[in-house]
Amino acid sequence: MKRLLELTLFELVDALRRGNVSREDVVDAYLSRIKEVDSKLHAYLAVNEEMRSNSSSEGLLFNAPIAIKDNISTRGLPTTCASKILEGYIPPYDATTVARIKAEGGLIIGKTNMDEFAMGSSTENSAYGPTYNPWNLECVPGGSSGGSAAAVAAREAVASLGSDTGGSVRCPAAFCGVVGVKPTYGLVSRYGLVAYANSLEQIGPITRDVRDAALLLSVICGRDPNDSTSVDPPSKDYLSALVVDVKGLKAGIPKEFFGEGTDPRVAEAVWRAIKLLESHGMEYEEVSFPHLPYSLPAYYIIAMSEASSNLARYDGVRYGFSAFEEGEEWVKVFSKTRALGFGAEVKRRIILGTFALSAGYYDQYYLKALKVRTLIKGDFDCAFKKFDVLLAPTMPLPAFKIGERIEDPLAMYMVDIDTVPINLAGIPAISVPCGFVDGLPVGLQIMAAPFHEHVMFRVAYTYEQCSSYHNLKPPI
Amino acid sequence: MASRKLVSLEQTEHLSWLAKVELSEEEKRVFTEQLNRILEFFRKLDEVDTSNVQPTYHVVELTNVFREDEPASPLPQEEALRNAAHKKNGYFVAPKIV
Repeated sequence: MKRLLELTLFELVDALRRGNVSREDVVDAYLSRIKEVDSKLHAYLAVNEEMRSNSSSEGLLFNAPIAIKDNISTRGLPTTCASKILEGYIPPYDATTVARIKAEGGLIIGKTNMDEFAMGSSTENSAYGPTYNPWNLECVPGGSSGGSAAAVAAREAVASLGSDTGGSVRCPAAFCGVVGVKPTYGLVSRYGLVAYANSLEQIGPITRDVRDAALLLSVICGRDPNDSTSVDPPSKDYLSALVVDVKGLKAGIPKEFFGEGTDPRVAEAVWRAIKLLESHGMEYEEVSFPHLPYSLPAYYIIAMSEASSNLARYDGVRYGFSAFEEGEEWVKVFSKTRALGFGAEVKRRIILGTFALSAGYYDQYYLKALKVRTLIKGDFDCAFKKFDVLLAPTMPLPAFKIGERIEDPLAMYMVDIDTVPINLAGIPAISVPCGFVDGLPVGLQIMAAPFHEHVMFRVAYTYEQCSSYHNLKPPI
Repeated sequence: MASRKLVSLEQTEHLSWLAKVELSEEEKRVFTEQLNRILEFFRKLDEVDTSNVQPTYHVVELTNVFREDEPASPLPQEEALRNAAHKKNGYFVAPKIV
């Protein structure tokens, strides 16, 4: 048998149910792994030592230790969004995704580091210090769910949850050489996910292989009365979609995803993956998405506008940090609370969002971005009439060095070029490892039509089973 | 890159007041410069003809999701107050409004 920490989620649950390993063995192995490596990686903001004694049911995730991004509410465990403004905040309830994991017997091993309020692509915006890439400690793990991806890659958790507003699951999954899924908008409940940009974000699994992602997604998906935008999919059985067979499937290759700014070595790795799938019977054809170059500005205007509204709730009265002083008037107290509580990127987005929504600029920026969103979505709708999936790089480049982009906001936004269109269109996408550049992982992005996660998983699984990148593990 | 000035230092100040985020003098200066560069980048959207296009607020075609209005058990008072920095007699303490 493989070493305990090398078992995938699916294998681990199987071993636990058969009694081949005990819950104590699993908990001890993971907690000591965290003690061994997390001082170097800083993937966790909080570790749940009490999971030793929590009781669990013999469900689909029986006793499997799962890490949760720190913007997803966990009853009794700190949830800070990696922000000073929520330092010490302990939610009185579980997010629906967390409740569903617990109901299937999963253990919550801890809360993972992230860019503050999920605003960033490198995890450098955490108020508690960055997470380091397990493949190269000088590089970023990607973001904003950098801790969740690094923890899974480095065997500090068997699987994790992240959230994806503009690529925050797929980017770190690609940079850390693991699998990450951004589900169709509405497939997974956002109840208990601390809101950043409601119309764009979804919670998604980060795992070591495609089967684990299908398993975890089947647990967390489906309608929740507490999130009126959530819906039931035609079928939650994603495991049955996992066949090594792409015969008869048609893939579109949107050429704009390979445009200027794409590292040619990344493009080459993705093309090798496309050719491999072709050799197994998939047909492909290049396709053009004329409005794709407008995705980045449209995305950032919408995300910042929604953020400026969502983050208005942080006033220090009901929870979180407060600069309250007896007798001071409210504008002063709230403005000081927010000045001291928020980091630079969060302030920048709140201010820009406030601008885009303000009188005189609303039509020119916010409304314009929403209209461009319609056109971008139209490009995707059109493509899915012809193609089962679309294939592209997840990120235009491999993980960059810590400090390389953090001083220049626009340079950081640019790396999201291949991930934000998916959120604007609300479609599902998965990132699977498809090669290496300079010892750093590269991700293949597979997109499908809304609620067509089955075909996305089928292509991802076929590629994975015919390649070996998912079996490689970081040197740490 | 920034050929026109889209936001002045005074506007940044006004936005910080609207957003209730106090900015230091240094932050005002740096943010004004960054805001101009970012907004200039956003203006790329001006190239797109959207004259006959409807906005997409939301991608899910759902409207008016209703449920029965049945009472459920609320958070107990102590739980609801537990995360507040300042409380008194079972209430949140807020700064002076009027």
